[in-house]
Amino acid sequence: MAGRSRLPAADLARIAAFAALTAVLGLPGSFHLFGNAVPVTLQSMGPLLAGAILGAKRGALSQLLLLALVAAGLPLLAGGRGGLGVFAGPSVGYLIGFVVSAFVVGLIVERSGRRPGVHWVLAACLIGSATTLAMGIPVQSAVTGVPLTETFQLSLAFIPGDTAKAVFAALVASGAQRAYPDAAPAARRERVEGRVGRRTGGDDTGAGRA
Amino acid sequence: MTLLTGAYVPGRSVVHRTPAGLKLAVLAAACTALVFARSLVAVGVATAVVVALYALARVGVRAAWGQLRPLRWLVVVLLVVQVLIADLPTAVALTARLVLAVALAALVTLTTRTTDLMAALERALRPLRRAGVDPGRVSLLMSLALRSVPVVAGIAGRIREARCARGRERSVRAFAVPLVVGVLRHADAMGEALQARGLDD
Repeated sequence: MAGRSRLPAADLARIAAFAALTAVLGLPGSFHLFGNAVPVTLQSMGPLLAGAILGAKRGALSQLLLLALVAAGLPLLAGGRGGLGVFAGPSVGYLIGFVVSAFVVGLIVERSGRRPGVHWVLAACLIGSATTLAMGIPVQSAVTGVPLTETFQLSLAFIPGDTAKAVFAALVASGAQRAYPDAAPAARRERVEGRVGRRTGGDDTGAGRA
Repeated sequence: MTLLTGAYVPGRSVVHRTPAGLKLAVLAAACTALVFARSLVAVGVATAVVVALYALARVGVRAAWGQLRPLRWLVVVLLVVQVLIADLPTAVALTARLVLAVALAALVTLTTRTTDLMAALERALRPLRRAGVDPGRVSLLMSLALRSVPVVAGIAGRIREARCARGRERSVRAFAVPLVVGVLRHADAMGEALQARGLDD
């Protein structure tokens, strides 16, 4: 029963690695904007990259895995935040948004073929970034008791940065997909299914996956 | 690597010795109760309880402040906005409620080992086995991710140096594209190692 939906080892490894990548993108000092004036963490690129490269289901699982580690007390969020406190605080909606936006980005990129064009990935990342805000702002409003319109106005300051990160994420994901063809969800699915097909078609090492 | 030690403060208090699952259940119940605490009196009682629990756990002021510090600016903004749209007692009650919920959750984190919390999570997932979730694989995933954090940080460090050597310190693509490709290489090598150990059989 459990065997049907069990993820193959290769997928487990990719999910774990992208959870770690999102954590590392949250470390300060990985890069600076405007000279060295404004240290920016790239953590919010993590869900977009995970979705664009792993696809909807695996991308979302990688972000869920990161949240599970954070809940277990590890300081993996931007600025070294972690522990159960963040799930009681006002930013919990944005964290759930990580999972949902990875899923949304993955859905769009999966449907755009073996070599997704930059425009598709860009559209996916922008929509994914907007999804995070759409999840985060209402929850923040509910947790803090500040009405929705005021919360929205307070969050406007983040929109330029988030847009820039979505564009970066799209460029990076497309670049990675050119450099490593297996980085496109559709291409990988095709190759993995092709390999399974060959195996079941008379290869003696067969049986393997699933 | 200090990054991965978590916030646990060792101790032998009653709070430390309470099982992780029970603490999580109490935390969930308390956070729900806090949603309904709207009067100043209720919030005052809740504050007293939380302070008493911290005293009982003896985690120290520094550790407690470390957990609440990220909230400090938010508290100021919240108070100002609430006073503008409502009145002072409402503002204090709403803000205190939020701080208390975060403080309680942080207390669980401070007094429970990461491994115990992970084990509690694994137990909580057990009923999902029918839906195809294998708790053993979930804990494997968590340890793979933990192992990958220093590896990925190492890849990032190497790429940063290479980028400097090429004189392209400012280019984000020159950093992030090789990072993502490096992470994928690491992931796929790890996947093959797992397969070789018979994980897919």
